[in-house]
Order: sequence, then C-alpha cells, then structure tokens
Amino acid sequence: MTDTAALAEPRPPRRRYRTYGVGRPAWSTLVVVVAVVVATPVLAVVVDGLGSLGSTTPPRDLIPMILTTLALMLGVGAGALVVGGGLAWLVTAYRFPLRDLLVWLLVLPLAVPAYVLGFVFLSVFDVAGPVQSLLRTVFGTDVWVPEVRSLPAAILVMTLSLYPYVYLMARSALIEQSSGTYDAARTLGSTRGQALRRVVLPLARPSLAAGLALVMMETLTDFATVQYFNVQTVSVGVYLVWKGTFDFHAATQLAVLVLLFAVAVLAAERALRGRARYHQQGGRRQGFSPERLRGAPAWAATAACVAALSAGFLIPVGQLLIWAFGQIAADAGFLADPRFVEYLANSLLVAMITAVACVAVSLGVGHAIRMGGGRVVSFAAQLTTFGYAVPGAVIGIGVLLSFATLDTALERAGVPGGTGLIVTGSVVGILYAYVIRFLAPAYQSVGASLEKITPAITSSALSLGAGPHRILRRVHLPLARPGVAVALMLVVIDAVKELPIVLLLRPFGFTTASVWVYELARENFWEKASLPALVIVAAAIIPVFVLVRQTRRREVHGTTSGKEGQ
Amino acid sequence: MTAQMQSAPPAGTGTAGAPPALTLEGVTRHYGSSRGVESLDLAIPTGELVTLIGPSGCGKSTTLRLVAGLERPDAGRITVAGEVVADRSRFVNPENRRVGLVFQDHALFPHLSVARNVAFGLDRLPRAERRKRVGDLLDLVRLAHLADRYPHELSGGEQQRVALARALAPRPAVVLLDEPFSSLDESLRAQVRRDTVATLRETGTTGVLVTHDQTEALSVGTRVVVMHNGVIEQADVPEKVFEQPATRFVASFMGDADFLPARVHRALLTCEIGIVSTVPGWADSDVAVDVVLRPHEVALRAEPNATAHVSGVEYHGAFVLHHVRLASGRTVRSWQPHDVRHPVGTAVTVTVAAGTAPTLLVGDRAVTTPPRNAPRPPVLP
Amino acid sequence: MHPRPLTKTLVGLTALTSILTGCSAIGGNSADLQIYSARHYDLEGAFGQFTEETGITVEFISGDDAELLERLKAEGDDTPADVFMTVDAGNLWNGARQGELAAIDSPALDEAVPEDLRDAEGRWYGLALRARTVTYNPDAVDPAEFDATDTYAGLADPKWKDRLCMRDATSAYTQSLVASLIDLHGRDRALEIVKGWVANDVDILSNDILLLEAIDAGTCDVGINNHYYLARTLEENPDLNVDLFWASQEGAGTHVNISGAGVVEGSDNAEDAQKLIEWLATDGQNAFVDANHEFPVNPAVEPEPVIAAFGEFTRMPLNAEAYGTLNADAVDLLAEAGYK
Repeated sequence: MTDTAALAEPRPPRRRYRTYGVGRPAWSTLVVVVAVVVATPVLAVVVDGLGSLGSTTPPRDLIPMILTTLALMLGVGAGALVVGGGLAWLVTAYRFPLRDLLVWLLVLPLAVPAYVLGFVFLSVFDVAGPVQSLLRTVFGTDVWVPEVRSLPAAILVMTLSLYPYVYLMARSALIEQSSGTYDAARTLGSTRGQALRRVVLPLARPSLAAGLALVMMETLTDFATVQYFNVQTVSVGVYLVWKGTFDFHAATQLAVLVLLFAVAVLAAERALRGRARYHQQGGRRQGFSPERLRGAPAWAATAACVAALSAGFLIPVGQLLIWAFGQIAADAGFLADPRFVEYLANSLLVAMITAVACVAVSLGVGHAIRMGGGRVVSFAAQLTTFGYAVPGAVIGIGVLLSFATLDTALERAGVPGGTGLIVTGSVVGILYAYVIRFLAPAYQSVGASLEKITPAITSSALSLGAGPHRILRRVHLPLARPGVAVALMLVVIDAVKELPIVLLLRPFGFTTASVWVYELARENFWEKASLPALVIVAAAIIPVFVLVRQTRRREVHGTTSGKEGQ
Repeated sequence: MTAQMQSAPPAGTGTAGAPPALTLEGVTRHYGSSRGVESLDLAIPTGELVTLIGPSGCGKSTTLRLVAGLERPDAGRITVAGEVVADRSRFVNPENRRVGLVFQDHALFPHLSVARNVAFGLDRLPRAERRKRVGDLLDLVRLAHLADRYPHELSGGEQQRVALARALAPRPAVVLLDEPFSSLDESLRAQVRRDTVATLRETGTTGVLVTHDQTEALSVGTRVVVMHNGVIEQADVPEKVFEQPATRFVASFMGDADFLPARVHRALLTCEIGIVSTVPGWADSDVAVDVVLRPHEVALRAEPNATAHVSGVEYHGAFVLHHVRLASGRTVRSWQPHDVRHPVGTAVTVTVAAGTAPTLLVGDRAVTTPPRNAPRPPVLP
Repeated sequence: MHPRPLTKTLVGLTALTSILTGCSAIGGNSADLQIYSARHYDLEGAFGQFTEETGITVEFISGDDAELLERLKAEGDDTPADVFMTVDAGNLWNGARQGELAAIDSPALDEAVPEDLRDAEGRWYGLALRARTVTYNPDAVDPAEFDATDTYAGLADPKWKDRLCMRDATSAYTQSLVASLIDLHGRDRALEIVKGWVANDVDILSNDILLLEAIDAGTCDVGINNHYYLARTLEENPDLNVDLFWASQEGAGTHVNISGAGVVEGSDNAEDAQKLIEWLATDGQNAFVDANHEFPVNPAVEPEPVIAAFGEFTRMPLNAEAYGTLNADAVDLLAEAGYK
C-alpha cells in the first residue's frame, strides 16, 4: 500500500488491533506460569515487607529520601531525554563532520557501569582530584568550587551514563519514521522546529517513553553510584536500613516503596505512550534525508556529540587506562593473572545465558498475546517486567526466601533434601534472579518489534494452516529479529555490569569481573580495580558494537526492513 | 432477523448434493457494551462469490473473523464444507479450518520471497508437489517471473495477486477477502478486481468479499449480503438487492434513493408528484407507504406553471444529476442525459418513468403484498 | 532476511545453558572448609598458609555481611558454609543472636582472644583489630589542640569549624563509632556531639582514602580514619602530610572494631572450622592481619612495623552487644542530627 492510501484512510486502531485471535490455552498457561515463577521472589519481598509493617519504625529521613528519589529520577529522566533525544535528532536529521563515526560512538557510555563512572568522576573532580588541585594551585586554597558530592552531580553522572537508552530508542524511532509525515508538515508551513515538535516528537513518543522508563528504572534501583555522591534515595535507604539495623524486614518495607515508584514509572510510560499504536504502514520509507550543516553550526554539532561522548566514555575510560598503566608499571605480572580470563568468561557466559532466556521468555509472552491471550495474559506479561524495578540485592533475597520456603515445603512433604542447594550451590540462582531482573528490557524491545507486525500477518499465517508453533518459528521470530537482537545485546550489557545479585547468590568458586571490581574498589584499590573495570567495559563494548551494527543495517536498508513493519 | 438467501437452498442441501461451502446459523458475537453481530444466518453454495457490504462498524469484518476462526462466536454454529467449525461445544482453530484470507494490506510475509509466501500454506505437501503447486498458482496470477522477489519489491497490484495466490494455494473451501482492493490506486483497482474475480471463477473457489463499495458489491458478487448494525438486512442476487431492496437501509445504501410518502389506494400508487404506478394485487387496500424513487427512474419536464423547481445541477459526464425541490420542500433527484440541463430555478414537473415498479416501504421494511394492519393513509393534498 | 543463524544461536545457547546449569548443580564442594566472608583483603595468603600447615583445604566467597547472613538463614541446614567471617562486631553479635553461629569450646581461643573481643558463649571470636581515630595535617593542626580526654566529642568544639572531614552516615565505620558514643555517653550527649560536628560544617566524603587525600591536600585539617588506611597510604606515599593522633587516650580510649569469625550452626565440619579459627587467632595472626595493617587481637603477637610506628595506645573496651543493638539508634541519630 502507498503512503497516500495510508493517509487517505486512517483506520481506527481499536477495532483492528485489539484482538488477534481466540487464545491458545497452552500458550496462555505457559505465560501465566512464567509470570508466577518470575513474580514469586518479588512477591515474596512484598509479602515480607507488608507483613512486617508496623513492627519497625520507618527511618527518620523517609520523606527527604522520597523527595530525593523523585528529584533524582526526574532530573536524570529529563537529562537523558534532552541529551539522548537531542543527540539522536542531531545525528539523524543533520550531516556534520565525524557524524558517521559519532552515530555509533555515542552509544559507548552504555558500556561503562554507572558505579565505575561514579568513582572515576569523583577521583577526577573531588577535593583531592586533579581538577580541584589545579584550581587551588592557580587560584589559591580558598577557591570556590561547586559541591561535587551532591544531587546535581549525581544527576549529571547518571545522565551521562544512561542517556544511550533514550538515544538508541529515539534513533530507531526516527529511522523508522517515514519522512513523508515530516515533509508533509514542512509543506504545511511548519518550520523545522515546529515539524519536530508537532510531528516527529509525537510519533517518536512511544519509543522515547520506553527509553525513559528504562532510564528511570535504572536510576531508581541504583544504589552504588548514588552512594558515591552521598545522595540518599529510597534504594540506598533499603541498604542503609538493612545494614544499619540488621533488620531485613525494615529493608523490605522500603523495597516495597521502591516498587511503588516503579509502578508509577510504568503507569507514566503507558500514559505517555498513549493509546496510539503506530504501525506506520508506510510503503517504501525513505527515512529522513539528513540536511548537511556547514561552518559553525556543523562544528557545534560535532562538539556537542564529542562532549557527551567524552564525559560519558572517553574521560572515564582514559582515567581507567591511566590507573591501569600505573598498576602495570608497578606490577606487570598482574596482567598475566588468569583471573582476567576466568572471571570475564564467567561474566559473559552468565550474561549470554540470561539474554537468551530473557529473549525466549519475551518472545513466548509476546507470541501468546498475539495468539489472543486476552486480559489475563496481558496482566501476566505486565507482571513479568516488574523485576527491573527491584534492586538486585532485593531480588536476590527474594529468590533466597522463595527457595527457602519451597525447600521447607518439599521437606515437609517428604521429599528428602527439599530443593537442596540449587540456588546458591549452582549458577541457577543467579540466572533465575537475572532473568527476573532483565526481562523488562528484553520484553520492551521484543514486544516493540512484535507490535510492529500487523495482526493481518498473524491471521494470514493462521489461515494458511500454520499453528502457533510454526507461526512463532516462521513468522514472529524472523520478523521480530531486530527487537530480538536489541534485546539480546541490552541484556548482555546489563548482566555483565550487574553486581549485587552475583555477590549474593554465587556458588563457591564462581566470581565475575564485576565482583572483582567491587572487591577491589570497596577497599579503595582504584588502580588495581581499573584493569578489571576495563575488562567489563571491553566486554560490554562488544554487544554495543553488535547493537549499533543492527541499527545501522536497518538504517542503510531502511526500505527493506522498514517493510518488516508491515 | 433472518435473511435467508431467497434463491439459495437451505443449509445442508447444496447444489448437486454437496454441502454448502459455508453456513452460518444464528451466529452471534458481542463485544462488551458495543455491538458485534447478532444472529447471522447465511448459506453460501460451493463456487459462489458473495460480496458482504455495509457501512463501517456494521459487523462485516467481525463476520469474516468469525468464519476464519479469529473470533469465537457467543452463540450459533458455523460450518465450513459440511464440517462444524464452531458451535456451543466445538471450536476449530483457524489453522485447522479450510478458510483462506486475503487482507486489505495483503499481509505478505516481508521476510519471504514471493514463491515462499505462496508455499507457506503447503508445508504438508511433498517438496515436488509443493513446487508444482506454487508454479501453477504463480502462473495463474501471472507472476511466475517474480517468484524470487520480495514483497517490498512488488507493486501494490502484484502484492495483491501474491496474496490471492497464497490464499488459494492450500485449496481452501472458502476464501475470505477483506476489502482487498481498497488499498490500490483507483486506476489499478478495476483491473485487479477483474483479474481476481476471474481467478476465483476459474478455480471454482467459493469466496466472500468484504467491501464498502456499492458498485463493487453489485458487479462482483453472484450474491450480495448487506449488513447493518450487526444484522443481515438482505442477502440476494445483485439485481434483487438493487431493484427490490428489502429495507429502507438497503434501498438508501445500495445506490441513490429518495423516499416520498405515498398511498396505495385500489392498486393505484400516488404521491406528491401524482400517480406513480399501479400495484397489482393491492386492489382492495388503502395503505400509507413510502415510495422509493431511484434518480434514473425519475423524469423531468420543464413547465412554467409547475410547482417543483430545480435546486441543483451536477455534471457527471455521461449524465447530469438534477436535484428537484418539490412543493412540500422534499427533494428528489433525477438522472438526465448529458445534453439535458435544466438551469437552477427552472420549474419542472416530475414523473416516474413508465414501466417502473418502485419499492414500497411500510416503516423500514419493503412490502410486496398489502400489509394486514396497514396504517390509514393521511389525506393527501 | 535469513533467520537461520539466529535460530541456531538460540538453540545452541539453550543447549549450553542446560549443560552448564546441570554441571554446576551437581558439582559439589571441592575443599574441606567453606567460608562466607564479608572481609576480603588477602584472605588467600592466610588460608594458603593454613592449608600448608594443616593440610585442611579452604575455599571462600566474599560478599556483604547483611546479605551473607540472609543467605545463611535461607540456606538453613543445607548451607555449605562452615565459617562465617565478618568485619564488624555488631554483625558477629547479630549473627550469633539470630542463631546462625554455633558455640564452641576452645581453651586456645579463650587464651588468645581478650575477653571483650569474643562472645562469652564462644559463638564468635575477634581476629583482627582496627582503630578508628583522628588523623590531621601537621601543617594546620597542633596535636595539643585535641581534647585528649574525649577527642571525638572535642571535635564538636566551634574551633574546628570548617576544618573537619568525615565519612558518610551510610558507612558502617561511622555508624559503629556513633553507636559506641551512644553506649559511652547516652543518646542525648551523643546527639549533641554529632550535632556539633554538623554545626562545624563537616565535609562528608565517601571513602577513607579520599579523606586522607583531602587532609593531605589541605582541604580540611582533621579527619576520622581507620588506622590501616593511613598505613596503607603511607606505604605507597611516604611523603603524605598526614599524622595520626590516638584519640581519647586520657579518657575512655580509642574506638576500635574487629573482624572476627564463628563456626556456622549448620556446619558439617565444625572440627576443622574450629581449627581454622584457632589457627587464625594464634599462629596465623600475622598472616591474617599484617597485609592489611591491622592489629592482632592476640596480645602475644606483635603488630607489623608500619602500624607499630603509630605507637602504643589504649583502646576503648569493645561492647559487641552495644554495637549490635545501638547501630539502629546510631543511624537514627545521624539522621536526626542532619549528618549525611
């Protein structure tokens, strides 16, 4: 069909896209079972938290904590939206020097864990760091410097670390957007800015909302980075209360509060997404034809991109390299440490298995919904994504609690040994907790890809005699490939960086690169920590590259895969 | 409401003893508060091409989805080629029904070549047979030379032909076409439509074609089913639907129609414009009715003392449509040959072309015999 | 447009998953002793030496104390752990109170570990001692300025305004120091002291090394540090312009805390576990504490030279129950005082 036809005959989306089929009990059951399995540890925490309500006094600074959390989330959200969205627009709508290179370099901050960025930032900018030392040398010891350990600094650092989520989502939304609508707006008398505001942004809204939700969830559950900046969010409160009072129940109550925040974020995302479902059945999509910038604006654009890249990647990685060289100069033998290979292999293995599991579950859930699961399945699908909003350690505890209960129940039922030591005696516990934690980003991208397949495709396949399994294999999976690839990469990156869960659930003899960094950084062995930190960055760069290639391919063959949206 | 096809045999006793390709009996489907379809009855003999028409939201797409198995009926029974596919106790999933689907946007699998698209429904056939069948179908739709292309490399018309070939490949008992031409350019549409109908006829395929285009419904279908508000208003051959509409809705939806209050008195039909025609068999009645006037049945003659005036003129090329305001303020329309054009304001007398037997309505339903509890006619001026 | 490779990858990885999880699920423990440790400096060295001397093999995992304790609880009787090792007296006390640590009877330990540094019932024993005391920039501070009776409280004096650097309220070090102040002075007085620090516009830093660097750089004059961070930094940078002052030597003594260990209640090798703890408190003391510049708990063992150079000092008696029970109060007090 042609663009004009699409414009001439807008279809009310409700009627056409509400239902896909009549439901498949097997698939629906599967989703519900998965949802229950995935939600159990989170629910265990909620039950524990609510059950002990009133038995402990809430922390004195609960209200400031809540306000700080709100401020941090809004700040980082706004920052990521401006930086990520702005950069995405810049590299999509304009050509300027180094643009082709910067397009994918701008994703790199994703490879630097926020906690690493945090400690590097502090070591560079804090009192004893080079910047302030220089200032003191130049202006004397009384020179005024802004407070480094503060909420604004935390917002800045987390924005720099997390903006790529918005950048990626916004960029793919812009690439998939047909230039027709934008051109139409321009011919209707809109300036570039107006067209951006009135056409491009509203169309990109679902993707922006999805990216924003990821950023806010990451911000919400972070406890390592914010602590560097002495910013006390509710997630920090969970740890503070837990460790400060030795009272796990008091901590779970706060964890429930964190969950409430997460629910709010998800609700906001839905509201932002609106009821609109943009299938965008344009025919051949041209995408934007970027406008070539010249002179000062061109260099300003390059400078903006380089600035974000430097702050989020080049400077921290540079500092890590400096430390690493210092370390190597002091002890070259450290490089030959076999732990580098072993821990990196552990990190990657667990991350890849998690990614595959998350994608498999996401596909299953998305597929079941398309096969007409109805309300129950949709609710169950929603349930599977809450883990992302729960701090890792709390999920870990939830997993422990759930298995302890199961163990007791099994033993009572006469099963000798119960569950045994499956959770902490093998990597099963880690994988389970990882899947709970990272299903949300996987489902976000796989679901988005599936949503772009018009229901008519599914119906056609059904009417051609293909059952649900064959449709999944031959139609949904191949068509959701872009989303699947993005999901795999996002989960791998996230899982390589993940720390609290491994720390809590790892079996004897299993250490990952992130645990190693933690153990060294915790005792302030920055220089020693720099090498394993670089290993994490390197491990995360690989999937980032693949991710970028994926988006690039879509851009280059915009026509081809644009059609996949049909 | 029941609208059994008048000329179609009742369900289960199809032509040559074969069961009808498709029957619906009392099929009902509701969506929450909004209305779906209500108690549909329909029987489609094998080999027929039926068009399903109605305004947006009339339930025609729902009907299609019910037949395809994409929706589960709340009540009633659906039979495909003699096999019950949906009733109270049984529900056959869409992949196990012998029902083909062609969508408005064609819904080709973008990641598969044309040949693979067509072969998609043939996975149970041995390889050689499958290849032959694909070849045959691509020949049929004259696309053999594009077998290795991908859908996005095809024009809209070509995509539509692939979609048809793909749907026909597994030899379905019935093919459902959901507005298959509406996404095509006007210039292309007529040709594609002719090709499609020819292909369906050639293969003897039973088809149900959903459309909202009256001309298409009348010209393509061997039968036309008109739906409105979730019920079938009329199901009949195109001529009957147009010339003898069963309801006021069908009369107005299938072609232009004006309605004038009229009276049948002693077999004589009169209204504001005078005597319209005689109504055989109504000799003993005196009934108030509405008469349905089609513009092509309305004749005009300029006459200075006439009480009706031309209120508007639309040039349509071969014909000129005149809007005429009667003394009562009501309007009727009249098609005139392209060389006849009465300027706006011209006083005209309005008559009905000789030999016309217009449709009469009591309430919203057409009547052919005098109703028993007929309303007393008002006194006409 | 070729789905094959992806599908293959998925299938392959799924197969790998099942193999891997299957393997690790049945892979048992390879060593004689399993240790959960919230302490992670140079454990390998000490444990390696222990194995050499006794033939008992050891493996350990490190983690956070509160989490390891929850893990112990969740694992219950199935736990592989034999020894629970942690870095705070409050944690040890709490582990014992929650029934995760088994009482042992060990004359050797009773002799090696001073009474206030071990549980009366033998459920845990302190093994390494750290002092949290005052550090200062000798260019800016004359040690005579410190209150020798109660140095910590003395820092609330207005003369220290804009001169102080301390650790954040989330730090266990800060919490246990404040808990000991509550134990010593009562809550009201402790609150007054902390409010005094806050009133002096204390700079809050997020780790001890940064504290030392800040003092060295002259950003602040005085800090409160764990002694071993100073030792470690001095070892790397002998020119560091920071000195140590033993707090409250004319009063209650310097605040200390311990790393310690206990035998896990569900241990299947309590005998060896006890052997390890006994070894660590006696022959293994130096191997266990020296690399991290900590003081041995065993009075018969000499500290290593860098910290020995800090001089002898009197420590505040350690009341583990106070550390365990008052920590929550300390957190609350810090919040009330506006100490971040």
